[in-house]
Amino acid sequence: MNSKDPDLLLQTAPFLRQGMTTPSAMMDVIIALAPATLAALWYFGNSAVLVISASIAGAVLTEMAFVPRQRRRMILMDGSGLLTGLLLGLTLPPGLPMWMAFIGGAVAIGFGKIIWGGLGNNLFNPALVGRAFLLATFPIAMTTWTAASEGFWTFRLTNFDFPFTYTEIDGLTAASPLGLMKFDQEATDVMQLFFGNTAGSLGETSSLLLILGGIYLYLRRDIDWRVPVSIVTTVLIFSGILYSIDPLIYPAPLFSVFSGGLMLGTIYMATDPVTSPTTPLGTWIFGIGIGLLVILIRVFGGMPEGVLYSILLMNAVTPLIDRFTQPRIFGHQRSKKT
Amino acid sequence: MNPFNLLSKSFQNGVHPQHLKAQTQDLPIQRVPFGSLFVMPLNQHIGVPCKPVVEKNQRLRRGELIATAGGFVSTALHSPVTGRVKEIGEFRAYDGNFSQSIQIEADPYATQQTEVGTPIDWSSMTTDDFIKAVQQAGIVGMGGAAFPAHVKFSIPDGCNIRYLLINGAECEPYLTNDHRLMLEQPLRLLRGAEIVRQKLGAEEVVIGVELNKPDAIAALNQHIQPGDPVRVVGLEAKYPQGAEKMIISTIFKREVPAGQLPRDVEVNVSNVSTIVAIADYFDYGMPLIERIVTVSGPGVSYPANLMVPLGTTVRDVLQFCGGLKDETKEVIMGGPMMGRPIASLDAPVVKGCSGILAFTEDLVQTRTEYPCIRCGRCLEACPYFLNPARLARLSRARMFEEMEDYAIMDCVECGCCSYACPSSIPIVQLIRTGKDQLRNTKAKQK
Repeated sequence: MNSKDPDLLLQTAPFLRQGMTTPSAMMDVIIALAPATLAALWYFGNSAVLVISASIAGAVLTEMAFVPRQRRRMILMDGSGLLTGLLLGLTLPPGLPMWMAFIGGAVAIGFGKIIWGGLGNNLFNPALVGRAFLLATFPIAMTTWTAASEGFWTFRLTNFDFPFTYTEIDGLTAASPLGLMKFDQEATDVMQLFFGNTAGSLGETSSLLLILGGIYLYLRRDIDWRVPVSIVTTVLIFSGILYSIDPLIYPAPLFSVFSGGLMLGTIYMATDPVTSPTTPLGTWIFGIGIGLLVILIRVFGGMPEGVLYSILLMNAVTPLIDRFTQPRIFGHQRSKKT
Repeated sequence: MNPFNLLSKSFQNGVHPQHLKAQTQDLPIQRVPFGSLFVMPLNQHIGVPCKPVVEKNQRLRRGELIATAGGFVSTALHSPVTGRVKEIGEFRAYDGNFSQSIQIEADPYATQQTEVGTPIDWSSMTTDDFIKAVQQAGIVGMGGAAFPAHVKFSIPDGCNIRYLLINGAECEPYLTNDHRLMLEQPLRLLRGAEIVRQKLGAEEVVIGVELNKPDAIAALNQHIQPGDPVRVVGLEAKYPQGAEKMIISTIFKREVPAGQLPRDVEVNVSNVSTIVAIADYFDYGMPLIERIVTVSGPGVSYPANLMVPLGTTVRDVLQFCGGLKDETKEVIMGGPMMGRPIASLDAPVVKGCSGILAFTEDLVQTRTEYPCIRCGRCLEACPYFLNPARLARLSRARMFEEMEDYAIMDCVECGCCSYACPSSIPIVQLIRTGKDQLRNTKAKQK
């Protein structure tokens, strides 16, 4: 025995904690997004680096600017600002001017998170708030898709536009698979969608890599499996019904699942714990709601893509879902208070 | 009832901490040598403290009565050693507070051999006498709560006990004292179970053991004859499997209604150590003067399962195990999920002390608390289906009355929520504060 007693700490039970922490969960999502990000570099060259960095810079700098100095270090260390910037960047088209991406990142953090009271208090997914803002403000730039580039050093001049200017481009544009489907009833091959060699936003083109990242997140217990499973199942069933009615007008189920931002939104944005329901039953309702809205907007709405607004709409009803799906308390007849 | 509950082998929710029992599960129970000074606090159980019946300098035999029950919810206390009363006064308890205790100096020349007393004829006793005898023996629930055992056995008219459920789940990580007891003394356990079963008029004895103790299950099954009203049930190793209402829900698929007791669903739940203590009292006349304690954790040099006389200081017990390592930062009485921190190594081992764990720096490192990200892990961990995150938020906002609307009083403080929280929010601690505040306000209103 030591001559002197150790200075005993007096904490209270439980003395054990499971391994995951909030920053490690954020880090896991960033790791899971790495393959899709690298694929963006492969397909879109330097534009991917420029747009994603601008968006991350906008997000992180805004976070720094609005957070009290004492808490700055801790808040930066939790990695949520970085993640928001990265997620937003992956939803942007490769030809977007950098200044727009920067503003998008700033809006995502400022109006998507800080204004609500910081991490954990926001109603809407910050990255999607940023994207919705950009889509409303710069509709042309946000829907001008350029085809996958020839090599890394093929520059897209629009990336370098001066702030508050935008050059319309004529050459090099390509319609996204969803646009082709919506306006020309022309389906893209599912395998091509799966591997990602199509026009579209930076991170959403390769479903395969996004799914791999999703499996990693599931194995690390970072995301609730119910969200992606319920969304994908709903999309498959709903679009399957429509497809069986008229295969010429309506997209095939597999096309619906692998096209557009569905995989990115399903695995990385709808699963955001802050903005999705906490109860298991509520999570199912949330996922089914997103799946239905996506197909409704894509097929019957005016826009080719609907993932963004379906997730935001279901985010808005999350508190309501939570309220009505509280489980029955053990030993009580029914839940004491809803 | 939840339809899914019928399909699963276990209660719903809960957490799966690492078992961490490998250090001690194969070590036989050893007896700790007697020290020289013993402190017996008068409030080792839940309820009214007992009243001393000895005087200073009075000579005592091992097992002699030193304090009687102070009321119905109270038990007697016996001398753990042969010696003399050194002092009756305030001594430091494990939590750092002073509490009224009897200090006994062991007689250095006494053998301290346990005298086998006359067996007590329990079969002809009335139930009332049986309950009084259990109270006289100072027996409490030895799983950790130290609730007087005879109170649980006092069944009001209109209630009927069909099952005696013996709790050998031992769901707390590190602890192996119940495991070793079932393995080494299965006959004592079955003997005690038969006594209590007959006295309560129960039809069947059910022994619940977590499946991570297959050797204990085998040892018990070996001694059960076909036709005996005893069966051993293997339970999923999951925390808090050993919580009274959870083990009932696992085995009988019945929920004890909120605010009611196991007896309301015709079950009595007792810990294995409690049952063995009862057998020892009725067969050998030995009251509760010692208990099995698991000494483990990374800060202990030689982990062990020990038979410790009550009143032995934590320091003596640790010394027997080779002392604490230098890196030790925290010593815990009980299990790591529901145990209590020890403030002073001079505190005595009490009836409810199932383990002494020493944690080193890497285990107690204070974590930065992050904002709640509404991940819902606490909801999926809470075996009572409460909303721990919301309760914690209300507690922070000092909205204690509102917490009652969210069934805060149903919380058993198992700590699953705090364990599961990735943001390291002290959820169960906040809920505890809320419960205390609510009780205080209620007491004032009366």
